[in-house]
Amino acid sequence: MNKEKIEQIISGHHCEASSLIQILLDIQSEFHWLSPEALELVGERLKIPASRIRHTATFYKAFSLVPKGRHEINVCMGTACHVRGAPRVLEVVQQITGIQPGETDIDMKFSLDTVNCLGCCALGPVMEIDEQHLGKLVPAKTAELLKHYE
Amino acid sequence: MINSPAELEQFRQDILAKRSSEKARISVCAGAGCLATGARKVIDAFNAEIEKEGLESEVCVKGTGCPGFCERGPIVVIDPQQTCYLQVTPQDVPEIVAKTIQQKKVVERLLYCDTVKNEKSVREADIPFYKHQERNIIGNNIKIDPKCIDDYLALGGYSALTKTLFQMTPEEVVDEVKKSGLRGRGGGGFSTGIKWDAARKAPGDTKYVIVNADEGDPGAFMDRAVLEGNPHSILEGLIIGAYAIGSHEGYVYVRQEYPLALENVGVAIKQAQECGFLGRNILGSNFDFDIKVHRGAGAFVCGEETALLLSLEGKPGEPRSRPPYPATSGLWGKPTNINNVETWANVPLIVSNGADWYNQLGTARSKGTKIFSLVGKIKNTGLVEVPMGATLRDIIYKIGDGIPGGKKFKAIQTGGPAGGCIPEEHLDIPVDFDELIKVGAIMGSGGMIVMDEDTCMVDVARYFLNFLTQESCGKCSPCREGVKQMHRILTNITEGRGKEGDIELLEELAMSTGSASLCALGRSAANPVLSTLRYFRHEYETHIKEKRCPSYTCQGLVSYYIDSAKCGACRICERECSSQAVMGGKNLIHIVDQTKCNACGTCFEVCPTKFGAVIRISGEPAPARIPEEARIIVRQRYVPKKAKQAETAV
Repeated sequence: MNKEKIEQIISGHHCEASSLIQILLDIQSEFHWLSPEALELVGERLKIPASRIRHTATFYKAFSLVPKGRHEINVCMGTACHVRGAPRVLEVVQQITGIQPGETDIDMKFSLDTVNCLGCCALGPVMEIDEQHLGKLVPAKTAELLKHYE
Repeated sequence: MINSPAELEQFRQDILAKRSSEKARISVCAGAGCLATGARKVIDAFNAEIEKEGLESEVCVKGTGCPGFCERGPIVVIDPQQTCYLQVTPQDVPEIVAKTIQQKKVVERLLYCDTVKNEKSVREADIPFYKHQERNIIGNNIKIDPKCIDDYLALGGYSALTKTLFQMTPEEVVDEVKKSGLRGRGGGGFSTGIKWDAARKAPGDTKYVIVNADEGDPGAFMDRAVLEGNPHSILEGLIIGAYAIGSHEGYVYVRQEYPLALENVGVAIKQAQECGFLGRNILGSNFDFDIKVHRGAGAFVCGEETALLLSLEGKPGEPRSRPPYPATSGLWGKPTNINNVETWANVPLIVSNGADWYNQLGTARSKGTKIFSLVGKIKNTGLVEVPMGATLRDIIYKIGDGIPGGKKFKAIQTGGPAGGCIPEEHLDIPVDFDELIKVGAIMGSGGMIVMDEDTCMVDVARYFLNFLTQESCGKCSPCREGVKQMHRILTNITEGRGKEGDIELLEELAMSTGSASLCALGRSAANPVLSTLRYFRHEYETHIKEKRCPSYTCQGLVSYYIDSAKCGACRICERECSSQAVMGGKNLIHIVDQTKCNACGTCFEVCPTKFGAVIRISGEPAPARIPEEARIIVRQRYVPKKAKQAETAV
């Protein structure tokens, strides 16, 4: 854990308890997860009990309490994608990666999550890998695309 | 720094003077939808081509906000001619520059073409998708580079603010908004003017105003398009509201899933501060106001205002019961006014043009326009802004161009997870807050998901209840347990374990969850179930009694097999099946291995129409597979025509 970087993030928000969510978001985007050490440090600096930090960190979907893999997959499960066949896209991704949403595989290659709408419904069903949108997916195309990641 | 209305007008005139020359302008949609289809590369290609041709002084290239026609992105509009090109790729760019910019000609193949009438539309406004809209709010998006405040000022931006600060009292602003009939666009539909009045009259010196940009309904992205595309219009609305209410501090609560919106709003706030539209003594009026951005961290329930307030305070967003309403006790216990993005964007229009202008549009009790995100099984996916009172049929068929693939319309779902499904028989109702409630749906924030004959309505109800199970905060038990139980029953029905009495139990649970939950999430959670039961009860019954899914959607109730008499052994389904469930092989009739098949339907879709060999069935088991020896296809040797003739001649 990079303690200095976290200290920097906390002081950037003036150590205010009301900035807890903003601080956790910054740590999440810097390290791609919230380690127990990071949470402990935040609690110490903001003088917030560990129970409340954990309550917040588990309440919001943006936070991950497990490390993320090299490639982050977000399969859109928005209504438009759903009626266009998102469940079967998700099924293929699960089959190939061997993980469920919220998990990271043992080689730290993929992390899988579902999101509720990426807002590019014209491309549905769509998924996002490392912030790149991949649209108009069908099972075979999905399987083919996943082969390109190392 | 601009210190007075006169200085602002001078500043605006300077911008306009610089632009009055005959300079061509290439606007490329840089909204999230078009960016996903490669708009950034198109912008780069235009810049490179303009530089290559030495046209920098004659042409400017802009990445703009989203004009709504996402189906045909990336979209390019060239002014002053207003030529609109669709699905532009970087390869098209040199031709566009050579023909349209240099020779003032049109590149025919990139125009919108009406396939029925075989008519092409050159100008953006002539495309049927836009022609039937009234784009008061979203129409400016394509004219504005959201990171450039000059573009907003050139269109008269911040003139509503000067009118407010120098010609109106706070009471007059509130009265004007009341008179306009504006109702909250976030879903509640409460009168904005009355809400403002309550916050204004609430005792206390410290008050807050908030933009709710926690747009969470799946399949809805109107607010994002306005935030990303025209952030200053929202800031202007918010400053006007702050003046009316007597607030000096505002927040924009944006979900972190919208990085571009966050970026553009951040840039806009900085520019507004630099120009003197925010900060101390705004434009010399003695009115102080500033705005902070707060990122939401991914919780649907935070769209509910009491949850949003707690989240702003850095806590988990668990709603509390109302009253007290935020107008009297909101953020940090102070009077607070929260409005949705689109509501704020309407405010400058009302102030500039007057309430009488604004309330001409719309129905008796719903005024102005509304942006809808028209998605799902529809040809023209995109954002649609129409006057309140437009019919669903016009939205779906005139603007959306109907259902793709020759399929039959089944229902349109409005209002997100709290909304309902409306069948064909009600397509002619005027869309406004009250009419939608009468047919069992709601306006909500503006999501419209079109469903065709292949969509199973029980599955749709299950989908929404699954969404709500995950998003229920768990604070109150009617929602936490009620939603979960409804989801469990619906899952059973869609997986073939439905039993007599399930429908009645669903109705009972819907009743108790709806009446006893703490916030709107739980109170409206049963709507997807109740509205589908109201119009599609027969689908529930077929699932339960016959274990059959009439739309062939519920994978547990559907089987696929290959008709051995029709199979051409082309091996396409074998290749496309991601479960390796098709046993194919050269010159062998293909077979679906039912133990491996997950009924995803891919084989059914990819089987060439000349064979049409894949059959789907529901409510009965697939026939037994044919014996191995019967699979061999003996093909006739292919003899070319010429050789054949030669043979006969001999």
